Amino acid sequence: MAKSNTSKKSNDKGVKKPNVKSGSNSKADPSVEDLQKLYRDMLLIRRFEEKAGQLYGMGLIGGFCHLYIGQEAVVTGISSVQEPQDTVVTSYRDHAHMLACDMDPKGIMAELTGREGGYSRGKGGSMHMFSKEKGFFGGHGIVGASTAIGTGLGFAHKYKGDNGVAVAYMGDGASNQGQVAECYNMAALWDLPVLFVIENNQYGMGTSVKRSSAGTLYRRGEGYGIPGEQVDGMDVFSVQDAARQALDYIRTGNGPYILEVLTYRYRGHSMSDPAKYRSKDEVKTMKDDRDPITAIKDMLQGKGVEEAEIKEIDKEIKAIIAEAAEFAQESPEPHEDELWTDVLVEV
Amino acid sequence: MPTNILMPALSPTMTEGTLAKWLKNEGDSVESGDVIAEIETDKATMEVEAVDEGTIGKIVIAEGTENVAVNEIIAVLLEEGESADDIGDVSKDAPVSTPKADSADSEPDVKPQSDASAEQHDGKEIENRDILYAQGVVIEPPPFDEASFTETKEMTVRVALRDAMAEEMRRDDTVYLMGEEVAEYNGAYKVSEGLLDEFGAKRIIDTPITEHGFAGMAVGSAMNGLKPIVEFMTWNFGMQAIDHVLNSAGKTLYMAGGQLGCSMVFRGPNGAASRVGAQHSQCYASWYAHVPGLKVVAPWSGADAKGLMKAAIRDPNPVVFLENEMLYGATHEVPTDEDFVIPLGRAKIERSGSDVTIVAFSIMVGKALEAAAKLAEEGIDAEVINLRTIRPLDRYTILESVKKTNRIVTCEEGWAFSGIGAEIAALIGEHAFDYLDAPLARVTAADVPLPYAANLEALALPQAEHIVKAAKKVCYAD
Ligand SMILES: Cc1ncc(C[n+]2csc(CCOP(=O)(O)OP(=O)(O)O)c2C)c(N)n1
Ligand SMILES: [Mg+2]
Repeated sequence: MAKSNTSKKSNDKGVKKPNVKSGSNSKADPSVEDLQKLYRDMLLIRRFEEKAGQLYGMGLIGGFCHLYIGQEAVVTGISSVQEPQDTVVTSYRDHAHMLACDMDPKGIMAELTGREGGYSRGKGGSMHMFSKEKGFFGGHGIVGASTAIGTGLGFAHKYKGDNGVAVAYMGDGASNQGQVAECYNMAALWDLPVLFVIENNQYGMGTSVKRSSAGTLYRRGEGYGIPGEQVDGMDVFSVQDAARQALDYIRTGNGPYILEVLTYRYRGHSMSDPAKYRSKDEVKTMKDDRDPITAIKDMLQGKGVEEAEIKEIDKEIKAIIAEAAEFAQESPEPHEDELWTDVLVEV
Repeated sequence: MPTNILMPALSPTMTEGTLAKWLKNEGDSVESGDVIAEIETDKATMEVEAVDEGTIGKIVIAEGTENVAVNEIIAVLLEEGESADDIGDVSKDAPVSTPKADSADSEPDVKPQSDASAEQHDGKEIENRDILYAQGVVIEPPPFDEASFTETKEMTVRVALRDAMAEEMRRDDTVYLMGEEVAEYNGAYKVSEGLLDEFGAKRIIDTPITEHGFAGMAVGSAMNGLKPIVEFMTWNFGMQAIDHVLNSAGKTLYMAGGQLGCSMVFRGPNGAASRVGAQHSQCYASWYAHVPGLKVVAPWSGADAKGLMKAAIRDPNPVVFLENEMLYGATHEVPTDEDFVIPLGRAKIERSGSDVTIVAFSIMVGKALEAAAKLAEEGIDAEVINLRTIRPLDRYTILESVKKTNRIVTCEEGWAFSGIGAEIAALIGEHAFDYLDAPLARVTAADVPLPYAANLEALALPQAEHIVKAAKKVCYAD
């Protein structure tokens, strides 16, 4: 595991490259139950996103719609080792994070269609949903904003002494925003319980990391004394292991931690992106050789789980998604009076 | 000549102080930098250093004296070869340092704002336009013979913007374009399509997602002689950089006493797109128009886009150029002449009429024209003014129109509070109060963050029918 720590002289030794074969990083020998749970969680995200893409194509979802397909292992791995009091914040590519926070697929999908049954009663849209109850704090459209908000969530955890950790997700592109550096400094200065997760999917819109970012993203905290680590994000167990360690480190009062997760989005940046900036081969290779869901499925089969049993899970997920899509289409548009409500809290 | 040592002001607010202690006596020699006395100001005790060298000839104000006024003589310093006898009556010929008063003829040749209604500068060539704008004087807009540009070509607003940038880049090799996805991706909204191919990576520059950083860099390069065009993918993201737009670009010329400024353009789509939610849908016209030192432009048609973009690039000032995503694909006839440069500060009367004035900019111009067509069916003859430039505002054209129609409706996609309509209302109140036959009406967005739901979004944004309704109201025809 690649780590950087200011107390030791850091180097790039042992940095994981994304071409490591999936599953090969984990020393753990997961139980069939664990595998089934991870498979189910990741499949839920994938099927949800596929359905969202479909509804977008039908004109039922408007504006921007950023799909998470390919990146499922990241949020699934991390959320699987979080504690209930932890909080999560991310950018506009947020559907999966909400599902991972155990938010209701119906409410998420209905927000995508802009309906009354949506988490924001249709007023937020795909990029702006929240659930205080589930510890999910959005859903932010401005690149970089989730980092500062996440640092604030961590500040509140420490202030309240609730032993919670804030998980602040950002993209590789976002990691170049000035406020990220400012937050690293404050989080380290005040030992805030924040796990900064850089979802390095290799591109910020059409700009590859190579063309946007100098140095190494997970090492950008070194000057502030924040340990960083790079991990294979196509392998849910690697993510899980790294996140578990990082969360332990943070929860025992050591301050923030940076996890750079190497991952890949199969689809365009948003629905309107033809993704001409990368080769079809590149995408195909990732899909064929590194798919996190296929990897788990293979492991299940390796453990002797019958194809029929796996199909059962697929069916179960399919039903949940179908129900969500139906709800999202049947839920009415918000009442016209909703236009004027929620601007301020009534006093 | 003996030198007078004066009571120094040692804080910005100090007008007098106590001469607490002398550290030198009469007859002592001093060198520059020597501490000669201690003074208590309103805030602290401070040491006073000698500036000149010489011998203390006389201590005028004794130790312990309170309320010594700033600039009062506290001691006299003798140069080599001078003696105490050379000191005259100090109190009498004490030099009074008063700043040199400006002579009367250096006053600007204009009246203060309160008299501005009288100042219409009819017909005369106007010099120092910017000073007059700053003073709120109503002046005729810069002349422009738009009708003389007869050769036109049909093109989209998107292409008109691109062509304007390309033409200016060919003309002036200090012009460059910088922003996210402007080069290899050809622009997130394809406005810079083909520019990388023609001008290369030196002049068409992809940046990381670091708006504050690259806007600031662009300002620095403008100070150092380049003419950057900064693309914000949308103006919503320009908020990351608003500090540099205002504080670095907008104020530099003034703060540098005119020595250096920033000839540059900040551009990108402004306002609501379609169903992109509250954080991606906002009109920033009134935000930037608030700031002296910036010019603010908002084109509607392809011709506007082309002629105003060229003017913005050539302008020696920072120009905030507010495009609109919904208009990029619209086609218009656009003059092809490379000198089709629309002067900033000049509005265009898109439709002349006699019953009511409708003022609009950007996407609202189209809606205003649509409304005017509907109003015509009902026998109301509306005049539609396309502002083109928001700052400096073409106050003259608006006022002339209102004096003719006696009724006015303002339209904008932004919120009403402190909006452009509010500014125009103030203008009318100050300069055309007696001409009004009905209270002014404003058509704006609903005073809420823009909702995502399709039905609510449509309700929140101003539409042609709202303009029709407002126009009928001010015509008492509702
Ligand atoms: C401040 C700001 N600038 C620009 C944008 C436009 N934009 C939206 S997503 C994006 C790319 C972000 O890439 P990354 O952080 O890598 O996240 P990813 O989309 O890959 O998940 C950009 C430039 C924005 N939303 N906010
Ligand atoms: Mg990315």
